[in-house]
Amino acid sequence: MYAFNYQCPQALAEAVSAFTAADDATWLAGGQTLVPVLKQHLAMPSDLIDLASIAELKGISVAGNRLSIGAMTCHAEVAGSPHVRGHIPALAELAGMIGDPHVRNRGTLGGSIANNDPAADYPAALLALDAVVHTNKRQIAADAFFTDLFETALDEGELILRVDFPLADKAAYEKFANPASRYAVVGVFAACTGNVSRIAVTGAGPCVFRADAMEQALNSSFTAAAIAGITADPEGLNSDMHASAVYRAHLIGVLAGRAINAANARGNGQ
Amino acid sequence: MPTLNTRVNGTSVSKQIEASTLLVDLLRDQLHLTGTHVGCDTSQCGACVVHLDGRAVKSCTVLALQAEGRDVTTIENLAAADGTLHPLQEAFRKHHALQCGFCTPGMLMACAALLDDNPDPSEAEVRAGLEGNICRCTGYQNIVSAVRDAAKQMRA
Ligand SMILES: Cc1cc2nc3c(=O)[nH]c(=O)nc-3n(C[C@H](O)[C@H](O)[C@H](O)COP(=O)(O)OP(=O)(O)OC[C@H]3O[C@@H](n4cnc5c(N)ncnc54)[C@H](O)[C@@H]3O)c2cc1C
Ligand code: FES
Ligand code: FES
Repeated sequence: MYAFNYQCPQALAEAVSAFTAADDATWLAGGQTLVPVLKQHLAMPSDLIDLASIAELKGISVAGNRLSIGAMTCHAEVAGSPHVRGHIPALAELAGMIGDPHVRNRGTLGGSIANNDPAADYPAALLALDAVVHTNKRQIAADAFFTDLFETALDEGELILRVDFPLADKAAYEKFANPASRYAVVGVFAACTGNVSRIAVTGAGPCVFRADAMEQALNSSFTAAAIAGITADPEGLNSDMHASAVYRAHLIGVLAGRAINAANARGNGQ
Repeated sequence: MPTLNTRVNGTSVSKQIEASTLLVDLLRDQLHLTGTHVGCDTSQCGACVVHLDGRAVKSCTVLALQAEGRDVTTIENLAAADGTLHPLQEAFRKHHALQCGFCTPGMLMACAALLDDNPDPSEAEVRAGLEGNICRCTGYQNIVSAVRDAAKQMRA
């Protein structure tokens, strides 16, 4: 690797001032993206500020109709949490599908959404569930958070503290996983609360997006039949060695139908 | 250079290291625990799996300093002190669950963590539990049989 400084502050204020004081700092969560990036010198920050000891970034809680998950919560903890399994089982299932068990023991919610990999799973959940990202500066709605390929609305040095997920009436996530990496070739998260439906698609495009035409069709009837005639446009979708844009567009329809069926099978109160 | 204080296989370790030292390099190059292997540079193969506070992690994707104050357990600690093999090691031998053996330390550590969480995994659960471990020669069938047999022995 190359030489960098490492700090592991014990408090939030200390972390923020360490970041500001450093030349070119980067937050370190579980390192499941950042360590490979450093190994390959794709980024060469001068300082890593490890978030592992900061209490404010930890924990899962439920208050009112919101499920709140700290940025440093690892995927295995979300997958196994009785709060998440009880209130938004689709989210626990999604976390349990990320990568492999070893990655899930280290990778975090905050790291995943800050990175905004086009094939990552969590961005679809945040977008479909209309979640709110709480940072050390402000609150950002999921709709405004994921802006482009590996880009988010976060400012330089802005720190994600937690994500608040409204409790949906019904929700499910379906992913067509790459068999080697487990990342989503396409993943569709479907959620319905009252008569509002939200469908978020990951893996297919340069950045997670909502399937507007499907959402409109679903608002009158949250059934797979309601979207049966809607085909996604391959224009602008990803095309690579794993799948063509046309195939990805096809998968969006298939997976959306499956996700809606799974959400309905789980039913109200989940 | 920062000082790392950790425990490896139950023994306290205090060492000055470069911040950029990977956990796997600390284990192999500095502590000479060469049972933990490196099979890739993309965090995918699982040859480097060790336990950090009892949970399976890829030691090629953890900085050594992230193990500060924690317990690291490696393949060297799986057999008993008198050399008696762990039931998983015994089962891997019996079921021919290894050929070249390169992936085996990571496989065994992954399987040990899997059985800690789930003492009676189905075949599908074993396969899902090994998604982060790649074997390039034996194939997975015998590995799955070995894990299920070891689980049975350990429950008995
Ligand atoms: C083999 C493998 C398979 C994988 N498969 C999948 C998969 O199927 N699906 C999937 O979604 N993901 C997958 N991942 C990625 C994994 O989910 C990680 O969670 C993700 O890479 C982020 O890692 P991390 O949480 O350890 O963050 P890090 O790697 O530590 O950090 C990632 C980035 O986020 C920034 N960051 C971290 N925390 C914060 C914060 N609180 N506030 C602001 N910025 C922050 C860091 O500065 C860095 O830029 C896989 C990874 C590997 C290695
Ligand atoms: S060496 Fe391949 S995952 Fe660590
Ligand atoms: S036994 Fe050779 S790689 Fe698995």
